[in-house]
Amino acid sequence: MTAKKKSYSIPFILWIIAGTVIPLASIAYYGFTSREGGFTFANITAMFRGDHMQALGLSLSLALISTVICLLLAFPMAMVLRESKYGKQGFLIFVIILPMWMNFLLRTMAWQVLLERQGVINAIITAIGLPRQEMMNTPGAIVLGMVYDFLPFMILPIYNTVSKIDNHLIEAAYDLGATKGKVYTKVILPLSVPGIVSGITMVFIPALTTFVISNMLGGGKINLIGNIIEQEFTVNSNWYLGSGLSLVMMVFIILSMLLLQKFDKTGGANLI
Amino acid sequence: MKKTLGRIYILIIMLFLYLPILTLIVLSFNDVKSMSVWGGFSLHWYAELFQSRLMMGAIVNTFSIAILASLIATVVGTLAVLGMAAMKPRTQNVLLGFNNIPMLNADIVTGIALMLFFLMIGAPRGYMTILFSHATFCIPYVILSVRPRVNKNTDRLYEAALDLGASEKYAFCKIVLPELQPGIISGFLLSFTMSVDDFIITYFTRGAGINTISTLIYSEVKIGIRPSLFALSTIIFVVALVVLLIVNIRQDRADRLKEVKAAY
Repeated sequence: MTAKKKSYSIPFILWIIAGTVIPLASIAYYGFTSREGGFTFANITAMFRGDHMQALGLSLSLALISTVICLLLAFPMAMVLRESKYGKQGFLIFVIILPMWMNFLLRTMAWQVLLERQGVINAIITAIGLPRQEMMNTPGAIVLGMVYDFLPFMILPIYNTVSKIDNHLIEAAYDLGATKGKVYTKVILPLSVPGIVSGITMVFIPALTTFVISNMLGGGKINLIGNIIEQEFTVNSNWYLGSGLSLVMMVFIILSMLLLQKFDKTGGANLI
Repeated sequence: MKKTLGRIYILIIMLFLYLPILTLIVLSFNDVKSMSVWGGFSLHWYAELFQSRLMMGAIVNTFSIAILASLIATVVGTLAVLGMAAMKPRTQNVLLGFNNIPMLNADIVTGIALMLFFLMIGAPRGYMTILFSHATFCIPYVILSVRPRVNKNTDRLYEAALDLGASEKYAFCKIVLPELQPGIISGFLLSFTMSVDDFIITYFTRGAGINTISTLIYSEVKIGIRPSLFALSTIIFVVALVVLLIVNIRQDRADRLKEVKAAY
């Protein structure tokens, strides 16, 4: 007699089947089915169409740029946090987590308010006599929105690993004559790889697949792959094409995860 | 020198994180509907927000769905952890693999997959489909929080309780649940925040007539930003601030209590 019975898992297993397995299988089904009901690869190969390729290329490059910017901003921040006093560290972490609790649509909207033609930044610029700038509906605005929304997701995992690095290791490296650069590249950076990897996962994948940020800050003029897929479902009601394109996007998600896992030998234990 | 640089860097990041939020807060008290001209202090955007039936309905939906989905996820997830503990490691790993899918998958794919599923089985999209979807993506978080709390010791204590004449139910409530409690609570809270915060999955699985806070914000921003959304931002920010402060202070107290006890 134990408190654990296999049968307790039954609701969970049913839920996985209904909530994960069948839904994903239906994406695969629709993705390989034509509107007339026959088997086809057309929905998959549709990714090679000019406008789709352009959207995918833009998604990949904007996601990559945002991820790199987040990493460049987050790593020094994590190091500064590591070196602050304990009580101050807690306060700073609190300050970084707080914006994450605000709805990300509202946070993205804030940038719309700032960047708009009649917005806050333009009001300041024109007040000091400079010409009005067109900042909205540009790839730059989208990157800014991505960096703003996802930066805490990069800082926290890196901070988590960096703060656990034993100070003795760093002191030992200095004692053995390492320069500051050497200590960073040979000690600190290799030890923070797991945090960097989970940070990249948590920034790159949402950035790659977003349709909200591009819609709000791109003014519907800049299409990312997420926008194309969303429109197939909500505007064009072409679930077959939408599913096919989602399948291709999933390949990119899985590829990037496999690539990242190569660097991280802990197997994503720091993901949360 | 190094310290000053560090401080300046922290300041820059903080400004980057908070200036946009601060802008929204200031504009929420602006009397005129401009994003660049200050027309005097006013609370009427707050009045407009609270008079909006749509917004009030969305707030009720958001929180009722979050509470129900987290409860369902907590029960299903906790039972699953107990059931899985009785299985072979290989079966456990397979189940955990499936469990990870909604967490690792992009939200847009999860949302579309669930939408297609509802279309296929002919379920009318609305409150129930959102609830089902939210429970689906919350269960993995509960399992990940509760699983580390299950250990051999619980089993022995449970058996001992039964040997001493406790009923199965009594032993379960008095031995097993208290052991799992911290994991269950954090799983519930994690689910709750995930559910309240979700936009993408709700967007694809909701029907035409129903809104959560997120989907309502999205449709309003598309039409044109109204300052009542700034008022909403301010309220959400203040609520988040207060909740996080309370959690932190309680945590601090618990930590200090532990230190005091450890000293003895």
